[in-house]
Amino acid sequence: MIEANALTKRYGATTAVSELTFTARSGRVTGFLGPNGAGKSTTMRLILGLDRPDAGTVLVDGVPYRQLKDPLRTVGAMLDATWRHPGRSGRDHLRWLAATNGIPDKRVEEVLALVGLTSVGNTRVLQYSLGMQQRLGIAAAMLGDPRVLLFDEPVNGLDPEGMAWIRQLLHSLAAEGRTVFVSSHLLPEMAQTAQDLVVIGRGRLIYQGTMADFVARTSEHGVRVRTPHTDQLRTALAGQAEFTEADGVFVVSGLDSDRIGQLAFDAGATLHELSPITGSLEQAYLDLTRDAVEFPAAPSPEAAQ
Amino acid sequence: MTTPTNLLRAERIKLFSTRALWWCLAIALVAPLAFTALFFALAGPEIPPTVGNTQLASGNGRTVLLVLAVLATASEFNWGTMRLTFQAVPSRVPALLAKVVVVGAVGTVLGLVVGFGSWGLAALVQPDADLALQSAADWRSVLGQSLVFLFTAVAGVGVALLLRSVAFALTVVLVWTQVLEGVLVFIPGVGRHIYQWMPFHAADEFVGAAGFATGPLQLPSAPLGPWGYLGYFAAITVALFVAGVLVTARRDA
Repeated sequence: MIEANALTKRYGATTAVSELTFTARSGRVTGFLGPNGAGKSTTMRLILGLDRPDAGTVLVDGVPYRQLKDPLRTVGAMLDATWRHPGRSGRDHLRWLAATNGIPDKRVEEVLALVGLTSVGNTRVLQYSLGMQQRLGIAAAMLGDPRVLLFDEPVNGLDPEGMAWIRQLLHSLAAEGRTVFVSSHLLPEMAQTAQDLVVIGRGRLIYQGTMADFVARTSEHGVRVRTPHTDQLRTALAGQAEFTEADGVFVVSGLDSDRIGQLAFDAGATLHELSPITGSLEQAYLDLTRDAVEFPAAPSPEAAQ
Repeated sequence: MTTPTNLLRAERIKLFSTRALWWCLAIALVAPLAFTALFFALAGPEIPPTVGNTQLASGNGRTVLLVLAVLATASEFNWGTMRLTFQAVPSRVPALLAKVVVVGAVGTVLGLVVGFGSWGLAALVQPDADLALQSAADWRSVLGQSLVFLFTAVAGVGVALLLRSVAFALTVVLVWTQVLEGVLVFIPGVGRHIYQWMPFHAADEFVGAAGFATGPLQLPSAPLGPWGYLGYFAAITVALFVAGVLVTARRDA
């Protein structure tokens, strides 16, 4: 479990993270979503004790990161897959990291096998493709068999096969009861991966809750109806639902398409179109983060539930 | 556990798993030995064949070791492995101590090899010269290189921790050792006095390899004895390292 409480971090005059409070639960994949520059990476660095917060606290399994005895055995993290010496082999990269926390070399072989890099373990990292580097970063995060995993943009630059592999890995890690906290600026990818969601914009919390609630809350519900018999339809809908009308196109909210179709039939209105509008997730997300920019000080009460 | 043993092992794996180490060690060994051989084979009476003068070229190896220590440390900031290290060792200081111990150990061994190698090679090139290690000063010249190289490595790690950039740190140590220390002496009046307090001149004084410069530069008599000079040199390098550690432990990584 990761618990951030009123985290604030400033770099000079810039406030990167502002009074950020959220929880990432164990046994769940928690997506950490926000536009580029929203403060996701800063938050990750604060969780890992790489940067010190100006205010607030963040606990990993109830303890500040800097007080963990063998940090790699509690928290595995890949903040940046390029954090490696290009002239060192993948195996040596994992060996030194494992050695710091007294993790045996046997485990290095296990994580190399887990991410499918055994055959290139002795190859210098500069010859690795982007996908192989991501896998090496994930192997490094898995070294200590940690209960908490942090990944910053793990699918960046990966091909669809690599994305699917990571998605599956994250799910299986969470299914084993671990806390999986994964950031992305891509909502569609997150929608397929995360069960819980923490959305930030400009360093502030916009939403925390389940992915399902987020989708339900933000997807626009309505039905688009097109008819040549506008008068009949208008009469039929009056008092039954709210609607807007323009050039023979009605957008009806508060009724489902079955009911609207029946009303139109009863009123003798021929329908040329009857289509439910499920607002795209991406649009909803963009709307949300734009709101955060317009009203930066007011995360709505229900968003903070 | 982040025990000293584990951290030393991690730093040893880091240092010995890149090619930079082997290149630097090769150059740090070949350069001083080759120059020593040339000096003793070709030089006339201006370089008398004494034990102290067998160490004249050791400064080349020392500079390459400085480069090695800077690379081993500053490249960790450039490549991001320092952040991984701090992820694994959040208190930071033990990891930095482990690094200086490992780099320092490599420096010590290199110093021994350069010291005895230069002396042995000189004896080979000039078999008639009396280069037997008899006096304490003779032993200090040859064996003392291990201490000079040890503290040189400490300085390199310290400068790299302070500057956190390979390019910046290399520029500073190379300009310092190759240019600044040498030109300061030419400042009229005070230059020669300042020069006597330059750290690498102090190191040369300790191993008795400064004699070559003392004559032509007309340096005033040395303000410190050899061991005083070693203490002075060591204090500067340790101060650089301690400053580097304090800054690194506090800064955002």
